[in-house]
Amino acid sequence: MGFFDIWFVTPFTEILSAPIFFAEVVLGGLMTGVMYSMVALGFVLIFKASGVFNFSQGIMVLFAALTLVGQMERGVPVWVALPVTVAVMVALAYGIERLVLRPLVNQAPLTLLMATIGLTFFLEGFGELLWGSNVKRLDLGIPDDSFDFAGMLLNEFELFAALTAAVLVALLAVLSQKTAIGRALRAVADDHQAATAVGIPLQTIWVTVWSVAGLVALVAGIMWGSKSGVQFSLSLIALKALPVLILGGITSIPGAIVGGLIIGVGEKIGEVYWGPAFGGAIENWFAYVLAMVVLFFRPHGLFGEEIIERV
Amino acid sequence: MGSRESLLSVEGVSLSFGAVQALVDVSIEVYGGEILAIIGPNGAGKTSLLNVINGVYRPQQGRLVFMGQARPRNLRPYHVARQGIARTFQNVALFKGMSTLDNLMTGRVLHMRSGLLSQALYWGRALREEEAQRAYVERVINFLEIEAIRKTPVGRLPYGLQKRVELGRALAAEPRLLLLDEPMAGMNVEEKEDMCRFILDIRDEFDITCVLIEHDMGVVMDISDRIVVLDYGRKIADGSPDEVRANPDVIDAYLGVAHA
Amino acid sequence: MLYRETGQFKTSYRRDQAIFPIAQDRWCVALVLVAAYGVVPALANEYWLQAVLIPFLIYALAAIGLNLLTGYTGQLSLGTGGFMAVGAYTAYKLTTAMPDLNIVIVFLFAGIVAAAVGLVFGLPSLRIKGLYLAVTTLAAQFFLVWLFNRVAWFYNYNPSGTITAPPRTLMGIMVTGPEATAAVRYLVVLSFVVFFALIAKNLVRSEIGRTWMAIRDMDVAAEIIGIRPLTTKLSAFAVSSFYCGIAGALMLFVYLGSVETLAFDINVSFEVLFMVIIGGLGSILGSIIGAAFITILPIFLTNAPHLVGLEMRVDLAKEIELIIFGGFIIAFLILEPRGLARLWQIGKEKLRRWPFPY
Repeated sequence: MGFFDIWFVTPFTEILSAPIFFAEVVLGGLMTGVMYSMVALGFVLIFKASGVFNFSQGIMVLFAALTLVGQMERGVPVWVALPVTVAVMVALAYGIERLVLRPLVNQAPLTLLMATIGLTFFLEGFGELLWGSNVKRLDLGIPDDSFDFAGMLLNEFELFAALTAAVLVALLAVLSQKTAIGRALRAVADDHQAATAVGIPLQTIWVTVWSVAGLVALVAGIMWGSKSGVQFSLSLIALKALPVLILGGITSIPGAIVGGLIIGVGEKIGEVYWGPAFGGAIENWFAYVLAMVVLFFRPHGLFGEEIIERV
Repeated sequence: MGSRESLLSVEGVSLSFGAVQALVDVSIEVYGGEILAIIGPNGAGKTSLLNVINGVYRPQQGRLVFMGQARPRNLRPYHVARQGIARTFQNVALFKGMSTLDNLMTGRVLHMRSGLLSQALYWGRALREEEAQRAYVERVINFLEIEAIRKTPVGRLPYGLQKRVELGRALAAEPRLLLLDEPMAGMNVEEKEDMCRFILDIRDEFDITCVLIEHDMGVVMDISDRIVVLDYGRKIADGSPDEVRANPDVIDAYLGVAHA
Repeated sequence: MLYRETGQFKTSYRRDQAIFPIAQDRWCVALVLVAAYGVVPALANEYWLQAVLIPFLIYALAAIGLNLLTGYTGQLSLGTGGFMAVGAYTAYKLTTAMPDLNIVIVFLFAGIVAAAVGLVFGLPSLRIKGLYLAVTTLAAQFFLVWLFNRVAWFYNYNPSGTITAPPRTLMGIMVTGPEATAAVRYLVVLSFVVFFALIAKNLVRSEIGRTWMAIRDMDVAAEIIGIRPLTTKLSAFAVSSFYCGIAGALMLFVYLGSVETLAFDINVSFEVLFMVIIGGLGSILGSIIGAAFITILPIFLTNAPHLVGLEMRVDLAKEIELIIFGGFIIAFLILEPRGLARLWQIGKEKLRRWPFPY
């Protein structure tokens, strides 16, 4: 089989000859994409409110899941462990604001980014120190059976994940558009100093937004953890939220969702149909390379706002 | 005052950002050896005009002719610098992590020719060039009287000195045309006097034509040969200080007359 | 009172622009070099050379490379491991295809190929910066490691997927492979680090270094005084990757002897970044100090409990290491963003004035 065939003929004949299977692949990709989106959401929230590119969002996902599953392993029932985890994430947000953000206020974005990389390693070590580094199973009784829909094999768990994400986004939209705290948040996002001048307490806003991001991380952690176990590799998966983010545009919540879906579907289709041409496992880098290519043509992502530089 | 030979002509330039018209059909001549001041109320398009001249913004309409050559449309700012146009900024735009000396040396970048290998070994051409450029930079340092802060990181300098270092960096490039965006903003009277003296000396000793934006009318009337007035992106006056002072449109623009 | 520059007058710009303008500094450097070349190989045992000094020096080289890109040019890269892998695999392919080629030329060529790859992945820096660019360098990291893992040609179709450094000699002395002694390998790495640290220092005090820093400090102003942003950034990517490539080749040939792609995974990129931050962004000396710190700390953490008679499980040491690294990064960024190198400099300035307060 020639080079041309592998790249440009076989994948398309395969797609056309088995459309139902193709639909399943797309749906599977959408579901994975939803999970990426949930991690990316946390990034967008923090970036919009504080201008910090929070590299540690991925590890916050792992940390939240570890905290939850760690308690459950020690026999704490879910209805206790869950609120405790929420409290831990809020406390974490408070600690980060106090010890990392406040001393670094008005520093260059690159400095803050590097600080969150430091935070990533700190939390990884801290989480494992508290809860151990073995792989943990997280079972909250979310149904995980396959069922048949219009000839396609769907998975209940993935459907559940998609629903959760939808609810989460709706909640965030309400929070940001309809509540006083949401209005303050948007004000801070626009201009820190102006917001402080009209009496919005910057510190409170930051703690709030990092807490919300922590809760989003918890939800994402529960989803990922239930699917593939709670372990360190989770933070590598979460790293994939980075290309999702820049693909969608770092300031856009819809961008995070759409970006996640594009990358989820793209890497699934790529892996199934073009993977053989590459020798497989292209999921490792597909997202990053796609993001790089898109960025080259649209430097602010698909949905990001163009920033006009003033001289 | 200087030769009446045109160094730069701005011909019918219009620039807009979306619906905002920053410049409307602006034409300006800059003659060799003169000090030209651009004045006008805030938001009149003065800085936008400088940005067009040194290639940061590309106008939608109009063209620029520098030293008898029409400028191609796709010229980038570093090409413009190569042609001999240097500038300072309204908000000091120094390289904060570097010393005064290094900032000025960076201004010499256009005059450096040595290759990567020569620089890596600090040998041959690179070494000779470093010394030759350093000699020129020292001349600028002496001229601006900033010998004492040669090795100080510019981030630590007071504002007035930073402005002076920035002027030095532009001067080190040996430009034909120097654009100064509010060189005296935020300075006290003594500092302003020093800066005026430097600008006059730059024209006389270094033979560099200056275009400056300034709000201090006393300064403008004192040192400039000619004044151009912008208002709402349009040129409303162009002439000697005395002519401009007497121009009714200018008085209207500054004192605010209802535009009927 | 010994450390004083009084009476040392600089009478030419050349003297003023020297790397070590103060005579005492020159003496110190000479002393360190004599010790590194003469005393250390004679005194240090196999363990110290193999487990501490050789990796420290190799990481120092990679850290200098990353510092040129991140510290001097302001372009954050998380692709260091990938560029090191390019160096290692290039050197391996080249020396197995041409066994007679001088090993130093092999290493230099590995650097050049890594520089070319770095150039390609630096292209997006034309249009994007900061955080966005950091993510595209992750593309380099994951793609390159995947490439060397998947395409069998790169590891000469070896069924185990590993590459092993063949024995090579330099001037009749075995320098790579299992037969080379630790002392010889140490001296080889040391020479590379000394030479390329000097080159790096020359670059950053020349025109190219000033254009890098100008782009870092304010790219718009840099362009307006005539610096071409693209060529400047790309040159930083190329030179930086050149250093990483040589470090990667040394890692395979002189330190580990045989590697899989795992040796160049994302953690390596982070480790080198930490060296640069803790050592000092924008400092060659800082890169070396940072490399020493990050290499020695884990060894210290693993061994210290034994010394005081405590038993510590292995993963606990690893966890504490992560916490300390993370904590130090944050602490340094807050307290002294210019790292250990800056502390060293402050110490020197104090010493220069001592015992007078001013």
